[in-house]
Amino acid sequence: MKHIISVLVENEPGALSRVVGLFSQRGYNIETLTVAPTEDATLSRLTITTAGSDHVIEQITKHLNKIVDVVKLVDLTEGAHIERELMLIKVRATGSQRAEVKRCVDIFRGQIVDVTASVYTIQLVGHSDKLDAFFQAVGEASILEVVRSGVTGIARGEKVLSL
Amino acid sequence: MEQLSGGDMLLRALADEGVECIFGYPGGAALHIYDAIFRQDRVHHVLVRHEQAATHAADAYSRSTGRTGTCLVTSGPGATNAITGIATAYLDSIPMVVISGQVVSDRIGEDAFQETDMVGISRPIVKHSYLVKDPAQIPAIIKKAYYLAASGRPGPVVVDIPKDMTAPDVLFDYHYPETVRLRSYNPAIRGHAGQIKKAMQLMLAAKRPIIYAGGGVIQGNASAPLTALAKKLNVPVTNTLMGLGAYPGDDKQFLGMLGMHGMVEANFAMHNADVIFAIGARFDDRVTNATDKFCPDAKIVHVDIDPASISKTVRADVPIVGPVDSVLNDMLQIFDELKQTMDTEALSQWWAQINEWRAKHGILVKPRYETTSEALKPQEVISTLYEVTKGEAYITSDVGQHQMFAAQYYPFKYPRRWINSGGLGTMGFGLPAAMGVQYAHRDAVVACVTGEGSIQMCIQELSTCTQYHLPVKIICLNNQALGMVKQWQDMNYGGRHSESLYEESLPDFIKLAESYGHVGVRISKREELKEKLTEVFAMKDRVVFVDIQVDPQEHVYPMLIPPNDPSGANGSMRDMFLSKTERT
Repeated sequence: MKHIISVLVENEPGALSRVVGLFSQRGYNIETLTVAPTEDATLSRLTITTAGSDHVIEQITKHLNKIVDVVKLVDLTEGAHIERELMLIKVRATGSQRAEVKRCVDIFRGQIVDVTASVYTIQLVGHSDKLDAFFQAVGEASILEVVRSGVTGIARGEKVLSL
Repeated sequence: MEQLSGGDMLLRALADEGVECIFGYPGGAALHIYDAIFRQDRVHHVLVRHEQAATHAADAYSRSTGRTGTCLVTSGPGATNAITGIATAYLDSIPMVVISGQVVSDRIGEDAFQETDMVGISRPIVKHSYLVKDPAQIPAIIKKAYYLAASGRPGPVVVDIPKDMTAPDVLFDYHYPETVRLRSYNPAIRGHAGQIKKAMQLMLAAKRPIIYAGGGVIQGNASAPLTALAKKLNVPVTNTLMGLGAYPGDDKQFLGMLGMHGMVEANFAMHNADVIFAIGARFDDRVTNATDKFCPDAKIVHVDIDPASISKTVRADVPIVGPVDSVLNDMLQIFDELKQTMDTEALSQWWAQINEWRAKHGILVKPRYETTSEALKPQEVISTLYEVTKGEAYITSDVGQHQMFAAQYYPFKYPRRWINSGGLGTMGFGLPAAMGVQYAHRDAVVACVTGEGSIQMCIQELSTCTQYHLPVKIICLNNQALGMVKQWQDMNYGGRHSESLYEESLPDFIKLAESYGHVGVRISKREELKEKLTEVFAMKDRVVFVDIQVDPQEHVYPMLIPPNDPSGANGSMRDMFLSKTERT
């Protein structure tokens, strides 16, 4: 089962490599990883999506907690949460395709953020499944390049991950 | 406030931290630090002959005293040579601080001379590491390093210091912090009261209980409350390889070591137990055999300071995260409050069963190896060593058959007397470890039980022993082969001894020892064993290399039968080879 783990780490050099190293060292999977500083300059927040049995996820969270640079973490998938991923995608769009692609972007509530005579660059934000669905809809043949940010997420309601 | 250079601050901080001794080896990037060593006299330095030995010596200093060991190496090859020792300490959770020199900050990343990314290369085998980027931070970083190394689940901490951070011409205000707090690091200080009570009730209701105690009890200085609890409950105790000495080895409630080469009675008792009280142990694969066949009837209480150790390989029914000493003391208190007793009838049946196993299979009850041949047996050497040293020596060991024989035939009465690389299994550990122990305990008897294979991995340290007058005794069980490799080749590879034999290439260890200024003694006959060993230990102020010719055909038994063995019933803790021809 897929899990989204949000981790607050000290904004120290090497902190990221300790987290990433843990996964490779102990044979755990990282599907996506996002990292950025938080409003508190001394902290960074990582969001990791990983898959594994309950036993493996328990070990992952325990070992993450053991890393001295890790301040706090939460498995978002344990409760109600919002997850988002951003995708930029370059699509060949010529002739009648231009209108077709535009319609598709509208349906998925994306935005065309750059245009040339033959190419649209589209920005799409949403649940990872929605991004996958967009691939299908637009047709793989016309896709020139894709970049995805990886999943980021936050718990719903009053629950917050902070110090 | 006093003004000091980075190098002087480092040495002052080490002294203020209470560091008495550094095991190290100088080199370019560490030279400012070595010059600072020269300028002070509070911290001593032992110059080893190879950085690996510095780490093992510091590690064993720590194991035998409970105080964090310290070593100092230079950048590049100095740092990489230290890696094996860091990994050794990491796998056995030994508190140690490793200070490494690094190329000057401006050169980092340029593939400079003797540059290696020490923080990166050591990352998977340290508890934490620091790269010093501002000399003013040195005292605070040293404080944190020692705090992290020794608290919670202990482990090695690396402090990598670029050369310019210790330059003598730039001065800083020196202040050594009295306390340290890390918001991201809060090891447990007490076990959960409810869980501890539950554990106690489970024990009280048990009919076939056993205490399975590991190295954590030694690291956590909890031998006394463990012994008190076992005595109050009259419960059998087994120790892991790392835990030997945590419970008195000569006590009748002690079943000996468990696991791969553990005692039959210990492994049988585990397999048949209804409650296992595991403390400071981690259900290592060398203990459990196949986890799906592990102790089918047992409810498991697992006490450990590290939550990640609990339910890692075997699921715990009552997990308790906390320091072993406080948890055991809480257990004792609850026992007194509950005023309940064990089921004495069930317990006496359990003891009758255990004593039957012990009488039938116990290797200390009577010799289970063959003693009619002329060849000296490694087992009788260890038994004689025990007799001659009255079981009071510090024993370090290398890795292989001799290590298992020492663990089986030298019942350790006290904690911190058995010093071996249990987790990583590092050959070459024994001699430098003996130096570290002897340095810490100048008047104690320190013996390194080794083999002719392992000893050659750090034999250069005989020279360090000369320089610092460290009169360790080297008990080399010489079977002219890599014994444990050969045993596995005999058992699993049709007796094909691929690259495990020395074929007349061994040095004359007597002459070798003499060339370093030490004494060499050769023993090859049963009749001379005790007398010569007694003479060896009478030479209190000399290093003695005892080269003992033992039977090259001997195998270590008992031995757990692995799950994939073609011979049928196997994989659980009751499945054991008893000799080359017998099995349970």
